[in-house]
Amino acid sequence: MAEMISLTIDDQPVSASEGTTILKAAAQIGIDIPTICFHEACTSYALCRICVVEVENARTLVPACVGKVSSGMKVHTRSERIDRSRRTLLEMLATTVDLSEAPEILAYMQEYQAVPDRFPSAERRDPPIIDDNPMFIRDYAKCILCWRCVQVCASDAQFAYAINFIERGFETQIGTFFEQSLPETSCVFCGQCVGVCPTGALKPKRQWLLEQGQTPDEIMALTRSERRRRMRREVPAEGGTR
Amino acid sequence: MIQADKIVSTTCPFCGVGCNLQLHIKDDFIYRVTSPFENIVNQGNLCVKGRFGYDFVYHKERVTSPLIRITSQKPGSRTQAFDRSQWRTASWDEALDLVADRLVEIYRRDGAHALAAYCSAKATNEDNYLLQKLYRSIFRTNNIDHCTRLCHAASVVALQMALGSSAMSNTAAEVIYNDVFIVTGSNTSENHPIIAIQMKEAVVKHGAKLIVVDPRRIELVNYAALWLPEKPGSDVAVFSAMAHVILHEKLYNQRFIDDRTENFAAFAASMEKFTPEYAELISGVDRSLILSAARLYANAKNGAIYWALGIPEHSHGTANALSLINLALLTGQIGRLGTGLNPLRGQNNVQGASDAGAMPWHYPGYQRVDSAEAAQKFEKAWNVEPGGLNRNLGLTTTEIMSAVGPKGVCALYVMGENPMMSEPDLNHTRRKMEQLEFLVAQDMFLNETSSFADVFLPATSWAEKDGTFTNTDRRVQRVRKAIQPIGEARPDWEIICDLARRLEKRLGAKTSSFWGYSHPSEVLEEMGRVVPEYAGVKYQRLEKVGLQTPVLDDLDPGMPFLFSQRFPRGKGKFHPLDYNPSTEIPDEDYPLILTTGRVLEQWHGGSLTRHSWLDDLYPEALVEIHPADAAHLGLKSGDTVRATSRRGSIVLRCKVTQKTTIGVVFIPFHFSEAAANLLTIDAIDPQAKIPEYKSCAVRIMPANPDELVNPEATQARGRY
Repeated sequence: MAEMISLTIDDQPVSASEGTTILKAAAQIGIDIPTICFHEACTSYALCRICVVEVENARTLVPACVGKVSSGMKVHTRSERIDRSRRTLLEMLATTVDLSEAPEILAYMQEYQAVPDRFPSAERRDPPIIDDNPMFIRDYAKCILCWRCVQVCASDAQFAYAINFIERGFETQIGTFFEQSLPETSCVFCGQCVGVCPTGALKPKRQWLLEQGQTPDEIMALTRSERRRRMRREVPAEGGTR
Repeated sequence: MIQADKIVSTTCPFCGVGCNLQLHIKDDFIYRVTSPFENIVNQGNLCVKGRFGYDFVYHKERVTSPLIRITSQKPGSRTQAFDRSQWRTASWDEALDLVADRLVEIYRRDGAHALAAYCSAKATNEDNYLLQKLYRSIFRTNNIDHCTRLCHAASVVALQMALGSSAMSNTAAEVIYNDVFIVTGSNTSENHPIIAIQMKEAVVKHGAKLIVVDPRRIELVNYAALWLPEKPGSDVAVFSAMAHVILHEKLYNQRFIDDRTENFAAFAASMEKFTPEYAELISGVDRSLILSAARLYANAKNGAIYWALGIPEHSHGTANALSLINLALLTGQIGRLGTGLNPLRGQNNVQGASDAGAMPWHYPGYQRVDSAEAAQKFEKAWNVEPGGLNRNLGLTTTEIMSAVGPKGVCALYVMGENPMMSEPDLNHTRRKMEQLEFLVAQDMFLNETSSFADVFLPATSWAEKDGTFTNTDRRVQRVRKAIQPIGEARPDWEIICDLARRLEKRLGAKTSSFWGYSHPSEVLEEMGRVVPEYAGVKYQRLEKVGLQTPVLDDLDPGMPFLFSQRFPRGKGKFHPLDYNPSTEIPDEDYPLILTTGRVLEQWHGGSLTRHSWLDDLYPEALVEIHPADAAHLGLKSGDTVRATSRRGSIVLRCKVTQKTTIGVVFIPFHFSEAAANLLTIDAIDPQAKIPEYKSCAVRIMPANPDELVNPEATQARGRY
């Protein structure tokens, strides 16, 4: 049995076993800390920083998804400093990424009164949809780089190692090695990545076609070559938003 | 973004892992599949088939109304009719009346032995229970079998002989508790993908040591501590040599042998000749690898063995499986958490179909048909007059086909199987199919088998009916009706009950075995009353999670792993073994060994996956050939070749790869354009009657690309 550790979260006493994250300890007493990149099935790497909390005597805000509890720790999950941090993160995401299919993030936007166009002159990340296989499409304009897809493709689930970050900084995107089409990579099309994508950037092809306005009959009438596109393809912008 | 009208929880219809699925549905169209992350079977993970491969449900070629052949078919000149113009649509009444009339006519004329049925490991427990009940109680024949005969029959026979039970002894997810495990005759990454990722997790995150014994350098070899590249069919030699080493180095578990086993002395004596040197001669496996593997497994705290069809699908498949069982008994690596013997079952419901009695020698629950006690029990349960049920063993899948002819089987009922793809030596199967007097197909597609039929009864897919599947680790799970039946298709269980009523009426039966079920849950309850292992399996208990059989009563929580106290037959029995070579040995004319199997993206005879977008990902049969053999023949990847055995010949492209070993070629059997089973041999294991799919002799020659049936079908892939 791991040793039990006593701490307070928002002034409520909590007892949690050693090695528990602040996120889990808070959940024990019903305190919900917002998360975006965190997923129960993935290893946490504190990438998105939406889950930051204040720990008394700590210099910086601590990401709750990886921060471990320690004895006598005093944690605060809401404060002006935390809210400002979370709000700014959300505003930056909203500025660069299409969040229209990320209801959880949109709900946080409301909760933290984030202003979507706070940075009006910032550039949007708007790469074309990649439709290179018959199973799922990749619309990285919707990608917030949470890294879950890369993790489940690697040692968090599938051990296929087909995708990873490519480029750096603002240009960072999830991609395949040498930008090969997915069928030519080590991808096995398990779709674990689709299962953990929080923003609709990865989507089953038939779902996507249905959303494009095709009827089930039309979708099922597609020929093999229509289903199996080889090249990246621009999709006409809808209503001029893209 | 679309909102689902509903999200329905169900069980995957492809392999034996039994992954939990959530079908997202809009206007009766399944557009997305997810899986709950908290479920124990697959922890939210799926493979390409489970996540994307359900679109066969909506395929344009699906048959959605009953069909009757326009030209009447005569034995000897029966033909395949793939074209819809050779069929006319009929009402259910007309189609079922025709089936009932013809079956009764043949039964009255020739008797019970003229009738046979193939049940289906794709169908539910309830469907299978009812079809075997129909044939046994109405037609008084035990000529009922299904594709278990073609997959794990030898494992089942061997496990019954040695332990008295024939299922996987562990829960699949228990693999993380193994510290050493053997995978043999299983390309787990492609055929049980979710179990494979659990195995990789065991190695990478839990420090387990994996020993792969396989003629192919399968993907799991990347994770293995040892790979023993044996020649196909040399399993008895390799595993018995491991036993030999364990005996000589006294690495066995004396206490376990004394307390839990019998026949040790005879077994130990028979192992004397299996020196590692002898095994090396037969199998080509370096003796030092055999020594290391034996020591690693015997010294493991928790050791387990996982195998699939590379073990049973041999003319000595039963001996192969016994050689594994001997190892587990010798080292006591069974009956504890993380130790055991695990035949990975192929089909989603092959365990359940076997449990439900879709087998010629057993009533439901493995109760033998030649036992008077069992027969009386079922006569009572099914309202059959005393002595009415047939006490003779029925014909197996392969025997049914061989017995087709004027004095043998005249009428065949095929529920969802495709023997014209899955039987060995398909030219022989074709000649037999042509001899049938009457053939009923209950299926979704006009495939290679159903196209031979007189009457086609359109069944629903798994998404359109309720029922249960039993997965490879004995877990009974719910299948839920998620969408309305397409067209006039009906669930298999309903079709069978409707037909049974018509048959009883025509035969003037004084008593009825009861066919008036209003829901499959009532069928499962009936099955639970005659199968002790299912007594506590009730629909209301399966709502959230499945139950692992045996479940002896309503309070029994089920059994994650078996044999902790005793084996069903009492003591585990060692079996002395001899090595027997495969039936066909390579020679000058046919210098290569052909082994067959499956690929990740396709499923068996292809009725489902070849009617799915999955087919785009792996659209053609490829023969895998080792670079050394390819160089000898002047072949490079993508070249067209002709593969010829003594029984047939096919043309396909080759893939030059070190995934296969020198002298061995591999062809997947899903593709009718180049059907691997035209080449395979119909030699069978004498005890289990399973065909030798995994080894026959072939010749590979360069061929002209013009000879390919569908040269356009090709897809570059980078996966393993």
